[in-house]
Amino acid sequence: MISTGQSTREAYGKTLVELGRRNEKIVVLDADLSRSTNTRLFAQEFPERFFDCGIAEQNMMGIAAGLAASGKVVFASTFAIFASARCYDQVRMSIAQPRQNVKIVASHGGISVGEDGCSHHAIEDLALYGSLPGFNVVVPSDAIETAGAVEVAAATPGPFYIRLSRPRTPVIFDEGYRFVLGKAVTMRGGWDATVIACGLMVHRALVAADPLARGGIELRVVNMPTLKPIDEDAIIRAASETGAILCVEEHLLHGGLGSAVARVVAEHHPVPMSFLSIKDCYTPSGKPSELLEQHHLTAEGIEQEVRALVARKD
Amino acid sequence: MPVSRQRGDREASENPASAPTPAAEAVSSANVAHPLSVDEMKEMAKTLRRHIVRMTATAGSGHPGGSLSAADIVTALFFNHLRHDAKNPRWADRDRFILSKGHAAPVLYAALAEAGYFPVDELTTLRQLHSRLQGHADVTATPGVEVSTGSLGQGLSIGIGMALAARLDGRDYRVYVLLGDGECEEGQVWEAAMAAAHFKVDNLVAIIDRNRQQIDGWTHDVMNTEPMDEKWRAFGWHVIGIDGHDLGQILGALDEAKTVKGKPTVIIARTTKGKGVSFMEDNLDFHGRAPTPDEEERALKELE
Repeated sequence: MISTGQSTREAYGKTLVELGRRNEKIVVLDADLSRSTNTRLFAQEFPERFFDCGIAEQNMMGIAAGLAASGKVVFASTFAIFASARCYDQVRMSIAQPRQNVKIVASHGGISVGEDGCSHHAIEDLALYGSLPGFNVVVPSDAIETAGAVEVAAATPGPFYIRLSRPRTPVIFDEGYRFVLGKAVTMRGGWDATVIACGLMVHRALVAADPLARGGIELRVVNMPTLKPIDEDAIIRAASETGAILCVEEHLLHGGLGSAVARVVAEHHPVPMSFLSIKDCYTPSGKPSELLEQHHLTAEGIEQEVRALVARKD
Repeated sequence: MPVSRQRGDREASENPASAPTPAAEAVSSANVAHPLSVDEMKEMAKTLRRHIVRMTATAGSGHPGGSLSAADIVTALFFNHLRHDAKNPRWADRDRFILSKGHAAPVLYAALAEAGYFPVDELTTLRQLHSRLQGHADVTATPGVEVSTGSLGQGLSIGIGMALAARLDGRDYRVYVLLGDGECEEGQVWEAAMAAAHFKVDNLVAIIDRNRQQIDGWTHDVMNTEPMDEKWRAFGWHVIGIDGHDLGQILGALDEAKTVKGKPTVIIARTTKGKGVSFMEDNLDFHGRAPTPDEEERALKELE
């Protein structure tokens, strides 16, 4: 079922159009990146419900809040770096605190943005959004999960941050998959260790599981699309049933998926853990594959890390 | 000038999480209050000023200076110009008032209490734990407060969103945003100024409380924002300059704004910080300091 697929941002654009047809309360904003975020598809079909706010993200978040306070279901999109670091106080005061019905869907998350370099690598966004009380934070792993997450966000009152990716990625879910907010998905069963991953890293973990199985390590692969509220039960089950957890994410070590999982593990069922992420540094220009490789965010990197982790058990 | 209070449907779709106020009734049972005359408004403005002094003195902190400077503007809005209903704070067709200069919350709370949104007795709970009257305006806490503010520069953007929603829904409510002049140093204000003109939201009015002072001193010393009128005009706004303590001029400007089509209006209201209390006027000390008990007594005597 794995194919070369489509990017999660492509899936977003198509899903928005479908939602727009069903629900006339949906209004979409962008900050001069509608061709890249794919909100342009919505703009073409519903020009009266689309507002390009220009290169002014702070203002866009305020407009989003005002529309939501007047009963609209608002999607606001730009690159993840600008949707987070550029307008954090605006999101905090205008959207998070009053729990406005605004869905911030940000494309170009992480370092798989590639050649644009540090200024365009969102590696802090999950920490920033994860720390806002009441925000739902979602990182879909493929196009199908993206469509599901966007539909659920539209139907669920309150603020969302959904992080999408630039590159085309394999489709790992069947059309029948139903995304459930706050629920992890076990992609592959196993009892020797668990990888908990989100976004593009889920597919890489699945690829890593095969050679590990040949070497006698049955790896459980858990897709954790919702970072907040996180699925504590799935984490506790993974800890108690497999005894070791590796977290893999395209984000800084601090404040992302790994931190959230480690908190649950420490509180409920301590087991050996390790983390594949970006280690307290900024990241340069390069091909997405090269950058991911630098940080061992590859199937091979996961495979090696799992072997080392399993060796630490007992 | 009639204040029309049409009966409207409750804004059922409004985000329930952000609606802390008691459930609105499908059909409002509020009395239709007549707008106050200019003489009555003068008395009301004085009443609001007394509340501001008492509230901040009781709290022992707060921002009396910028609250007193806005008292006449807020009086003209809430007791004459705005279409609103204290018994139905979430009425879908109400005019929206956003206090972008959120530190002037005392003047807004005083007006809301006098308009009947909550008991006047509650005013002196300002800034206390468990009070509905937070240190800065908070939509989740206080009936009648539309937006959480206090981090400056954000209100006008939210006002654009509300104004666009009115257009999309075919509603005729108007949106009023009160900004400080120091606040206009925030870049987001000018992002919003640009966007409001671009989107041609003529149901949006910005009012600038031009009291010429900010925490560190006179605005022309700290960060010169002049020429304020030319800046807004260059951004595509209809600009009206008035004496922000002359109720007739305030009402005239608000009426003029209603006639402007195709562009937003900004009213630049020249005001005096601490207006109404001789020793607070133009006295920077009272930007963010409450009156002492002695000062409270003297101030209240002046405001009798």
